[in-house]
Amino acid sequence: MQQATGAGVSAPDAPLVALTDARVHFGAVRALDGVSLTISPGECLGLIGHNGAGKSTAVNVINGGLTPTGGQVRYLLADGRDGSGLADAQACGIRSVFQELSLCPNLTVLESLRVIHRDLTGIGWRKVAQGRIAKALAEIFPGHQIEPGMTVGELTLAERQMVEIAAGFSDGRMPARLVILDEPTSSLDAAIARQLLSHINTFCAKGGAVIFISHMLGEVFDVATRIDVMKDGRIIASKPTSEFTQQGLIDAMGHVAAEKSAARAPGSAKTELGEEILKTPEGLSARKGEIVGLAGLAGHGQAEALARFYMSRSGKLGQVKQPEVAFVAGDRGRDGVMPIWSILRNLTLTHLPSLTNRGLVDRDGERRLAADWRSRIGIRTDNMDNLILSLSGGNQQKVLFARALASSAPIVVMDDPMRGVDVGTKQEAYQLIRNEAAGGRSFLWYSTETEEVCQCDRVFVFRNGRISAELTGDNINEENILAASFEMQGVGT
Amino acid sequence: MDKSFVLKLTDLPRRPWFWAFAASVLAFGATTYLTDGRGGAGLLSAALTFAAFSAIVGLGQMFVITLGPGNVDLSIPATMTLAATLALKFMHGETALVLPGLGVALLVGLGAGGFNYALIRLLRIPPIIATLSASFLYQSLAIWSNRGLRIKPPEVLADFTTGSFFGIPNMTLIGLLIAVLSWIVLERSIFGRWVSAFGQNTRAARLSGVPVEVVRAVTYISSAVLASLTGYFLASFSGGAALNMGAEYLLISIAVVVIGGSSIAGGNSNVPGIWGGALLMFLIVSMLNSYGLGAGVRLIMTGTIIIGIVAAASGKGRAV
Repeated sequence: MQQATGAGVSAPDAPLVALTDARVHFGAVRALDGVSLTISPGECLGLIGHNGAGKSTAVNVINGGLTPTGGQVRYLLADGRDGSGLADAQACGIRSVFQELSLCPNLTVLESLRVIHRDLTGIGWRKVAQGRIAKALAEIFPGHQIEPGMTVGELTLAERQMVEIAAGFSDGRMPARLVILDEPTSSLDAAIARQLLSHINTFCAKGGAVIFISHMLGEVFDVATRIDVMKDGRIIASKPTSEFTQQGLIDAMGHVAAEKSAARAPGSAKTELGEEILKTPEGLSARKGEIVGLAGLAGHGQAEALARFYMSRSGKLGQVKQPEVAFVAGDRGRDGVMPIWSILRNLTLTHLPSLTNRGLVDRDGERRLAADWRSRIGIRTDNMDNLILSLSGGNQQKVLFARALASSAPIVVMDDPMRGVDVGTKQEAYQLIRNEAAGGRSFLWYSTETEEVCQCDRVFVFRNGRISAELTGDNINEENILAASFEMQGVGT
Repeated sequence: MDKSFVLKLTDLPRRPWFWAFAASVLAFGATTYLTDGRGGAGLLSAALTFAAFSAIVGLGQMFVITLGPGNVDLSIPATMTLAATLALKFMHGETALVLPGLGVALLVGLGAGGFNYALIRLLRIPPIIATLSASFLYQSLAIWSNRGLRIKPPEVLADFTTGSFFGIPNMTLIGLLIAVLSWIVLERSIFGRWVSAFGQNTRAARLSGVPVEVVRAVTYISSAVLASLTGYFLASFSGGAALNMGAEYLLISIAVVVIGGSSIAGGNSNVPGIWGGALLMFLIVSMLNSYGLGAGVRLIMTGTIIIGIVAAASGKGRAV
């Protein structure tokens, strides 16, 4: 019954999941405003839209975690019956892999699997769990370095994501029939991401279904058989992938695509760069007004190098009003967000010492600063006193950008800050960074996305915790970065 | 206008400190009911005085607990005793030395707080263990310095601590003054922001430019200084420094923070609740006493009531 009749087929007779006019309202907020969609075996649905468009809500409705306030969700069970609700969603074989990593750092990989797979009980569950996760990991990510006995805290961000993805595809009480991947590649480097994409293709060819949410349009084009575009809680376009173009997609999402990412001719700003203002023992350096990229495979010491540099230049009382460095976190939960505070307080934290009078906060000044940044980078909220966690992930990220950029620090350190940020916001952020750099600020920018690294004036490629190459000008391109990531080569200047 | 006032009233039970005050009023009512309203003024004055001591140490403890899980100052009782003993010994009952004596007490606080912080920072000992082991040291110092003798406070100081100003006990005025200052620090100053940020996510605070080590040092030192101040006044109030004078304040300092609605997980605290909790702790005991219950029943009841208050306060709109 679940036979795929070929890639790209959009209407086999029996859809696994059917949403009819599903609505989810949180008070006045319409997170989902009448969505109808079906997913059938063999299909890979690419779901795109900018931050806050309702993608995550749609996922939560599909996997049964959220009951819609209106409309219907039906699942086709393995025995041919129709069902609805969380239990039936699980019986139907629907699995979700979330963007915000949801593993507990103190558990081992095996124990994490047991949290999701409730049938792993009794004596000998470890053996069963080991079999499942090892098989899935080997299948999806051949050559991975993950031992099932390792605690999650020991794994890098990318490895944690790999474990979650593998758990989503692994065998279980019910075999996986629909796997929902929410931003699965945002913390993976290019090579690992490619492994995942090819696994999705195999999985769908065998009759599985996938919902693939990503801000990286290239990937969506690679795997999706059909693309649905969401905006303001609705699906505004739904066509087979072949009928879309990249530009068409961006336009459909409703962002004025500001400019192409390659608009900046490499080296165009060279002449305006100032004197060298930072140099670390391991060889990182930057000049005034320079955007310096840190590249290489994920987990090869870039984040650690940034953190070390940041820690060495901050934390003293004298550096509070005139910070030398500001930090933009990519791992928001761990490094950035103050969860019980309002948007306002989160935004002003770094610059606040300059808005104090004898130790007391100038609250009007604080509001002005926040209002100014809200309009400058477009934080989507009607009230800055709302809790930070009421914002979508991308908007939280904007707040963290504003927190760092509002300060007077001449150097800004960015630890993969575009994770889970949509295309439109990215373009805005690139523009913001370029303007700030033109104003004399220097940036240290670690990114897992080659496209971003290629926007930098100079790039240091990391391998095994060390700088393996320094690229400048025309040498900054994907081939050189990949080459330096994988093997030592002569340092080019 | 009316509407907004009503809204504010219905909003009251959502305030984390509301339940502590509500329970205090109930306990006060239940006690005076027994005596047909006689002795109400005396009870109120006693409650305000004793609550002031609990509130001052509680405020110090509140700042420490706001720093987040694992942060608690267990050296408060010993610091109180040591400060009181050394200050009273120094003053030796002489009026002229009252202010220098206060200085001695505060210096003891600075020293104890600094020592606590040094243990935590330099030896990387968890705060609970560091402050607990330091407290043995302070207690031993106190024993060694006065060998168990009770030294009388100067007359002026004893009169001041037991006296009142326009009917309000002097200690209450001092306690309120410190509470107002603490409120300003917590809610309006940059330091209060930093303490809250530290308690929510220390790593993120550090990465946002918060000088976390300065924040932690100042917090532990303030807690010890407030404990010393309380020890100085309490010893003068009760006619001399005794070696066990601080003992009950270990539980009280933590209890008033929790009852007052501050989050034990850190980051989220409130000052009014400290006073509510301090009043309640005194009023519960006097209520149970006046109903003639034995010590055992009294302890059980106290525990039960505290649990009830915390449950009520956490159940109402405090989810963040």
